[in-house]
This record gives sequence, C-alpha cells and structure tokens, in this order.
Amino acid sequence: MALLDIEDLRVTFTTGDGEVNAVNGVSFSVEEGETLAIVGESGSGKSQTAFAAMGLLARNGRATGQIRYDGRNLLELKQKELNRVRSEEIGMIFQDPMTSLNPYMRISDQMAEVLTLHKGMTKRDAVAEATKMLDAVKIPDARNRITMFPHEFSGGMRQRIMIAMALLCQPRLLIADEPTTALDVTVQAQIMELMAEIRAEFGTAIILITHDLGIVADTCERTLVMYGGQIMETGPTDKLFERPTHPYTLGLLRAVPRIDRDDETLSTIAGEPPDMSRLPKGCPFTPRCAWAHGPCPTVRPELLPAEGFPELRRACHAPVEEVK
Amino acid sequence: MLNYVLRRVAIAIPTILLLVVISFVLMYAAPGGPFNSERPLPAQVMANIEARYGLDQPYWKQMTTYIWNVVVHFDFGPSFQYRDRTVNDVIAQGFPVTLTYGFWSFIVALVVGVALGAAAAIRHNSWLDYLAVGISIGAQVLPNFVMAPILVLVFTLWLGWLPGGGWQGGQIEYIILPVIALSTSYMASIARITRSSMLEVLNAGFIRTARAKGLPTSRIIWKHAMKPTMLPVLSYLGPAFVGMITGSVIIDVFFSTGGIGQFFVNSAFNRDYSVIMGITILVGVLTVTFNLVVDLLYAWIDPKIRY
Repeated sequence: MALLDIEDLRVTFTTGDGEVNAVNGVSFSVEEGETLAIVGESGSGKSQTAFAAMGLLARNGRATGQIRYDGRNLLELKQKELNRVRSEEIGMIFQDPMTSLNPYMRISDQMAEVLTLHKGMTKRDAVAEATKMLDAVKIPDARNRITMFPHEFSGGMRQRIMIAMALLCQPRLLIADEPTTALDVTVQAQIMELMAEIRAEFGTAIILITHDLGIVADTCERTLVMYGGQIMETGPTDKLFERPTHPYTLGLLRAVPRIDRDDETLSTIAGEPPDMSRLPKGCPFTPRCAWAHGPCPTVRPELLPAEGFPELRRACHAPVEEVK
Repeated sequence: MLNYVLRRVAIAIPTILLLVVISFVLMYAAPGGPFNSERPLPAQVMANIEARYGLDQPYWKQMTTYIWNVVVHFDFGPSFQYRDRTVNDVIAQGFPVTLTYGFWSFIVALVVGVALGAAAAIRHNSWLDYLAVGISIGAQVLPNFVMAPILVLVFTLWLGWLPGGGWQGGQIEYIILPVIALSTSYMASIARITRSSMLEVLNAGFIRTARAKGLPTSRIIWKHAMKPTMLPVLSYLGPAFVGMITGSVIIDVFFSTGGIGQFFVNSAFNRDYSVIMGITILVGVLTVTFNLVVDLLYAWIDPKIRY
C-alpha cells in the first residue's frame, strides 16, 4: 500500500472575484522511501496540493477528494488528530527560510516544543535531541548555536534548521515546498545534497515541489508535471526527460538553459499561465499549445498510460510523437 | 543595556530642561499675570506681592532661580493661587488620585483591548470579529466627556448602583465609573491595533510553520503570535499611559475626583505659573520615562534590537 494516496483532490478558494479552482482533480500516490517531484510553473497548483495534505490551506480555501495516509483520509481528521499527523507522520519545509522560522524565539525553543509536545520529552532532553538533529544537518557548533535566534543564521543555515526541525519526530514523509528557491545556487546544491543524505539515512519519503528541473533530474525517481491545477504527465524522471511527449513537458524542458548547446536565445513557452478562475473546459494548456487540435479546447483529457511508453501516464489529446 | 539606560537618562535631562524653558517662555509671553484681576490692585500692593514671589526680577533670573530650586531642593515653589499651599502640596494631593484611576484605566484598556482585538483576529470575518470591530468603532467615537454623563445617567441616576462623583480616598465604587469613562476610547484604539497587527502576524510564514509542526492553536497564539502582535501595541502604550494621566481633566471635572487634571486647568486659567510649571515637568518626566520603558520592552520582545 502506498504511503500517501491522493485521489481526485480539488482545492477551491472563495475570493471576492468568485471561485478560484487551484487544484482540479489530482490523483497520485507516494511510496514508502520514494522521492517524488512535483513540477510546474507558479500557480499550477503544486504548492496548494501539498498545503491541502497538511491542512494548511488559507482560510478561504476548501479541499475535497481523498488524501489517504496510512488508510486515513487526512481531509476528514479532527484538528487534534491532524496535529498528531503533522510532524509525527509528515514533516514540511517551506520556500522562504527567512520567514519560516519565528524571529522572536530561540532555535532551541522552536525545536524543543516539537518534542515536548509530540514525544512528551522534558525540555532538557528535547534540547539535547534537537542539538543532535542540528549536528545531523551539519550546523557547525550546534551545541552553542542552538540558543541563538534565527536572524543570527544565514539563509542556507536556516533552511538546514527547518529541515532538522521537520525531521525531529522522524516522519515517514517530508514535503519540501520549493526548499531551494530562495537560496543562492551553491547553497541550493548543498541543501539538495543534504536531502539526499537524509533520505539515505532515515528512509524518509520526499515530495519535492519545485520549478527547477535541474534539481529534479538529479534527485527524484518519479516526476509529476502539473499545469492549471491538473496533472499533465507523470512517470519515472529519466523516461520523462529523455523523450517528453506531452507538449507542456516538452516546452518546460526546452526552456531549461543548456551549456552544451550553442543556443543564442532561451526558448520560452508562448502565452501566459491560465486564469484559474476561468479555466477552459478542455485541456488548460490549449491556448498555449502548438499541437492543439479538435477535442483539446472542449474535452478534458484523462490521465492515461501513454501508448508505447507504458511507464508514463499523460493527459493529452495531441501528444508530440503522434503529430510528428 | 545598562549603558543604554544611562545614555537615555543623560539625553532626558536636556530634553526636560528644554521643556522647562519653552513652557516658561510661553507662559510669560501670554498677557496678564497671576495677580491681575478685574479691579486693579494699588501699585504699591502689586509691587509688594510681586517682590514676595520674585516676579520683579528679570525673566532669565526667575527662570534660573526656578530651575535651581527644582533641581537642588526639589522645590517647585509656592502656588500663586492657593496662598497656603506649595506646588509640592498640590501634586502630592492630586497625583496619587490621578495615578490610581490612570493605572486602572491603563490595565482595563490594555487587557480588554488586547483580548477583544486578538479574538477578532483569530475569528476573522466571523460575527465575533464584526462585533469587536463594531464595539471598538463605537467606543472610539465616544469621547470621555460623552461617556462620563452617559455612565452617570445609567449607573447612578437610573440604576443607582454607583456614586456619580467624589473620591473618598479611592474606594472601589468611586473608581469604577471614572476608569470606564477614561479607558473606553484607549481600549478601542488598542483593540484596533491588536486586531490588525495579529491578522498580519497570523499570515506570517512562521505561523504556518508552527501549524505544520502540529502545535495546538492556543500554543500558536500565545507562544508564537502574541509577542510580535504586541510590538505596534507597545509603541501606542507609552503615549497612551501618559495621555490617561494628563488627559484626565474631563474626569476630574466631571466626577470631582480631585486629580491633577483639575489643578492643571485651573492653574492655566489663573496664571498660576508655578503650578503650570510643576505639572508640566511632572508630565514631561513621565513621558520620557514611559518612552524609555517602551523601548526597553521592545528589546525584550524583538531579539534583533540590542542596545
């Protein structure tokens, strides 16, 4: 049985301008110990999918469908039960480590409260345990630095602290929402290396939400491409990248700058991301798709195994290889 | 930290001196004097009185003598109005009264205001939020000179529960109405500031982290959200506290409580120079002190501020 099994997840926000459908019927699962990447541009619904799983949607947001973890639907849990799942079963880290730590509390207090609350430890034991975890994420001089405040650490260090804090209860799943977006490139590499080590050491399954395809290619076994709140294509990362057949995946990969080619200009996907409050009836990518034809604007494509590529599943009426 | 406090105190001294000089100049620039009345006194009598109070001296001499007496002897001089009392007597009589109801007004405004504002923010866009906003707008538009008669009308004349004035050494039933009248609009301001501040804090990334950590809501509010919420409230509290003590003129007049507010107004009307100066200095010192306290509290809340 899969560790996390999401079925027909829909996330809707009620705003002054009407309903905004951020996630529209997304289904996927994460196996124990696996690393899954969710990629897509801003507003594709990738972060909201994760927030829905953790019960962290904004107040005006509503999630329907099923998010089964260990056989329980997280969307139906009472607040108290959900609080036990958070940290103990699923840890989460966020995009901006500068604002994700409480600037008014010492690191020791912020980390220790997780253990005193979830594991019933004394404050002293909790701080000792937290120090060990900071050592594990390679914070130098953790014993002394744990009593410092967040502003006394660099961005990369803060993200390490966030990771350490999310792992305190040894959750089986870590959701990383664009963990490297706010960091500079060398630090990004260190953080990704750290995540790979954590996975090797603790066997934690990881959902990595990102728009950085380079990171995905290096670290994730499976990739899920999202657009307009829907899954466009999913499959093993190497297969998906090797021969993209979905027009959107192809566009994404072409937009990655490559040092081994002599391109003068960087390729882009023409057009703009869709307005989530007025999605087309059919495939949301239709207005920007060069291959769009017949059923594309009116019939929503289903996510089905791709012909000739059994590991891949894609939602497309006009896959690239057929048109060619 | 101690260094910072000493430095602040050192800066406070010239600040207060400047305050003294400006008040002194303004006071003397106004036409008339403490002993002018509708029926002019004979010239010789006037000269004697002025000599008795040192008013025949040049202004700079009067001012330096005054400052010398205040600093060295802690003597604010005799009142020009109440012949048998010194300014020290007036302050000793009025200040404890003002301080008593000012302090309780401060506590009520702070506790009720923060509770109301926080509750509104936590239940944003619910009936509780709308109720709290309604109460605070209502309370803000009711100045204390309107609140006071309404309170007396309801609780004294209609219900007969509480006395409508007097002090009686500060018995509880005499304190309640002045405190409500004085604290209402401050309470409303604090509620408003708390609400908007907490709404902002609750949207912060670190609150989302706290939720992702599985902390119960009560702990998130108290441990994570309360401190940053209080920062803007705190900067309002310094001036508010001084305002409650000095802005008590209406309370003193309406409830006959006998605090310094009453003396302050009377002294201004009667050109009672020494009382005006005494109370001005008192308020100046209070203002400087509370601003210092607020700054120190800031450093306690926000670790990024170090002195």
